[in-house]
Amino acid sequence: MVRLGLLLLIAMIGARQARAQVDPAVLAAEEARVAVVEKCVASTVAVFSPGGQGGGSGVVISPDGYALSNFHVTSACGDAMQCGMADGKLYDAVIVGLDPTGDVALIKLLGRNDFPAAELGDSDQVRVGDWCFTVGNPFLLATDYQPSVAFGVISGVHRYQYPAGTILEYADCLQSDAAINPGNSGGPMFNAQGKLIGINGRGSFEKRGRVNVGVGYAISINQIKNFLGHLKSGRIADHATLGAVVRSDADRRVVVDDILEESDAYRRGLRYGDEIIAFAGRPITTVNAFKNALGIFPRGWRVPLSFRRQGQRYDVLVRLRGVHAEIELEEMIAAEQQDPHEKMPIPKGEKPKDEPGSEPKEEQPEDQKPDDGGPGKDPVPVRMPKKKAPMPEIVKQHYEKKAGYVNYFFNELERKRVAAALTSRGNFANLGKAWAVTGKTGGAEEFRLEFSDAGAAIRLPSGELRVEWTGGMSNHLEPPGSGGLLAALALWRRMLVDGPQSFSRVQYLGTMPLADREGMFDILEATHEDVECLFYIDPQGSLAALEMFPETDVDPCELYFTDYREFAGQWLPGKIEVRFGDGYSYEFNCESYAAADAPQPEGE
Amino acid sequence: MNLAAIQRLLALSLLAFAAVDVRAASVAEVIDTTQPKMVKIYGAGGFNRLEAYQSGFLISAEGHIATAWSYVLDTDYITVTLNDGRRFEAKLLGADPRLELAVLKIEATELPFFDLNAAATAESGTRVLAFSNLFGVATGDEPASVQHGVVAVKTQLDARRGVFETPYRGSVYVLDAMTNNPGAAGGALINQRGELVAMLGKELRSAQNNIWLNYALPIEELRGSVSQILEGKFRPTDEEPKLKPDEAIDLAALGLVLVPDVLERTPPYVDLVRGGSAAAMAGLRPDDLIVFVGENLVHSCQGFRDELAHIERNSTLKLVLMRGQELVEVEVPAAEGDRP
Repeated sequence: MVRLGLLLLIAMIGARQARAQVDPAVLAAEEARVAVVEKCVASTVAVFSPGGQGGGSGVVISPDGYALSNFHVTSACGDAMQCGMADGKLYDAVIVGLDPTGDVALIKLLGRNDFPAAELGDSDQVRVGDWCFTVGNPFLLATDYQPSVAFGVISGVHRYQYPAGTILEYADCLQSDAAINPGNSGGPMFNAQGKLIGINGRGSFEKRGRVNVGVGYAISINQIKNFLGHLKSGRIADHATLGAVVRSDADRRVVVDDILEESDAYRRGLRYGDEIIAFAGRPITTVNAFKNALGIFPRGWRVPLSFRRQGQRYDVLVRLRGVHAEIELEEMIAAEQQDPHEKMPIPKGEKPKDEPGSEPKEEQPEDQKPDDGGPGKDPVPVRMPKKKAPMPEIVKQHYEKKAGYVNYFFNELERKRVAAALTSRGNFANLGKAWAVTGKTGGAEEFRLEFSDAGAAIRLPSGELRVEWTGGMSNHLEPPGSGGLLAALALWRRMLVDGPQSFSRVQYLGTMPLADREGMFDILEATHEDVECLFYIDPQGSLAALEMFPETDVDPCELYFTDYREFAGQWLPGKIEVRFGDGYSYEFNCESYAAADAPQPEGE
Repeated sequence: MNLAAIQRLLALSLLAFAAVDVRAASVAEVIDTTQPKMVKIYGAGGFNRLEAYQSGFLISAEGHIATAWSYVLDTDYITVTLNDGRRFEAKLLGADPRLELAVLKIEATELPFFDLNAAATAESGTRVLAFSNLFGVATGDEPASVQHGVVAVKTQLDARRGVFETPYRGSVYVLDAMTNNPGAAGGALINQRGELVAMLGKELRSAQNNIWLNYALPIEELRGSVSQILEGKFRPTDEEPKLKPDEAIDLAALGLVLVPDVLERTPPYVDLVRGGSAAAMAGLRPDDLIVFVGENLVHSCQGFRDELAHIERNSTLKLVLMRGQELVEVEVPAAEGDRP
């Protein structure tokens, strides 16, 4: 007995020594890793449908509770869901916005303003071989809301995975051998530093049943960043197309095989047979590379395109079209919500579920066995029959049903926020119903611009032009060649003085970039009479640009407002630049703003 | 905690990150130098869950490629795509079905390659990276997929005969990574120094419990056959014209009927063995696949007939057959005067 005790003691001392011999750097690295995982686990969400029978994963990205998940996870839940977090609490959550093509959903957890949030990383910096880890709710194991963690390496970057049906296209995604199983869908993929680099959602399975076989895919966080503003708008975000089909020719160049004449690409000069050299800042050497570059953008974004024809290179900016009609997107979502089982893509081949040994059977009740998958690159949801549960009170307060929207509550919220920011820089009504702006043009000529709801005028040394808005603004696109400078100015004044509510239809569209400007801009889309406008508002609430479209599929008149400073007690642009199409560009350097009926200031 | 302790901790954590960074850089380097040696191979298949693609790696600067011997190579049109996107028609130089090994050749020069003589060995616990085009994820100039894992054990695959049905009888590395997926066969397994360790095997499932095995063939098992193939052995029969004997063996003399030759390259499966014939005496059976005649690889009915046409009637015929997943060697006795 004593001898045994002695042996044990020796063994313990030995073990202690062995531990002491571990390189301190290794122990420190281990500690750092554990800390990183702890932090990431805290922001991960187990998503459950209201009845609790289905779900997946998600990740909180801001302290006020916005969280990302997969469209194919939330569509099984409906408009409300419940989210378990590692603190052991269950939170109500509401749907905010959807990107069905990209398989992304934005939801908002309710009841707190200090949710632990994941830090967004830069997925373009991710390299093959980097360590990464997935966190989530595989096989809906997280009944105590404690997520599972799986380590792996990045197996591939900029992977292109074909759409399942017409949606759920994974362009430019990350590939990893970290486990992504049914139930991991919508959950986060983190890099070794604990930054969010992707949203897991898909795997290659083939014949081994619906369990991870070392090949999983995550939607890159940089793509989601592009869509985040759109997702916050409570709308259904659409992806973009160039309006052209490309193919690889015999010389392995990527060439235009077909092009839509209504597309901006066509108006910018792209034609059948042209070779695509670069798109959105990426060199294009294969069709997949093009699809990757294109797949990360929402409709309406303008991106640089370089193409070559007969040795001549052309560099243009193209405005991207939507992939789907709005009604198509609505139908997709309705169909998906009604019967996710039927709508799930079933690629060619047999179903793997009858494969022996392919499913952990004890853990998956029969009705939980996913029946939507076939071989191939499938999304990995866990789906179950849906029970209609009543919407909790707190969710009702954050939900408004409206045709064409996922959740109109959030569109109104964002619209009001942006409108408030826009009018926070002054009481523009002081300038009156008709404004007069004077100064010098880019060519150093004196100018005077007048604009109101009734009409507008431009006076230059060479003469004066007056218009009245009779029969709709689209009939008055003066001065010639400008695409409608005067009408656009009048609509600018209308937005600043009379506010968004003075437009017949206005919505918050999301965020878009502007050429030559840093950062993203909030977009209000407003319709007045027969013209549509996009207002680009910077984070400080200044209007950076306005685009006026007299009809669809034509070039807008573009106004750029810069050099903001105080004029007549208001925060107004010192410079207005107008552009139209490829050639037209004109600058106004403003020296005074006044009500048009006020006495003209003495020349300065 | 006093200041000194904090400083120590800080230094420690800096050290930890430094260590991580060094590792990351070297892994990235290893990956960067390995990717250009990987190739994507396209051939026969594309139906009935038979993928028409697999993986391979360059083993010479002149375009020799090691890959898995499989149905994908059962065509006259094997295409190889290099890591840089260049596409080549490849020739099947030779194969050793006992090792499930094939060597292809493309017409190119100055390619980066793995020197098989510099290949390393691994043991249980060796950290490895697997490179392959599993699931055909990558096309064109997109790089192969990289997976990480550890060698679980080096063992004999046929230690439990009947469990894993494969003609391979040598030792394998069993991996704790899910490497052996569709299209991964022929991929490269490397260690953390970027040294080639093994070639990824095919998909293999236990007949007993349906568990899929992830394994790779050690390079030292393959090296001999590769050099033999490079020296001209195990070559496909349709290589160079040889002198034909006056009286050659033919199928009828053997008492052998092959399956109807309907494809451009019908695999030489035995359809019928005539009773009392030389083939019957040698033990050939219907459904046997003829793989070798002597040391010559045959992979079509026509190839087999051509091969026979070069063999004197009164000589003994050595055949290697694939029976199920077993390779069987038989000797067919000289078949004089036995013609029906």
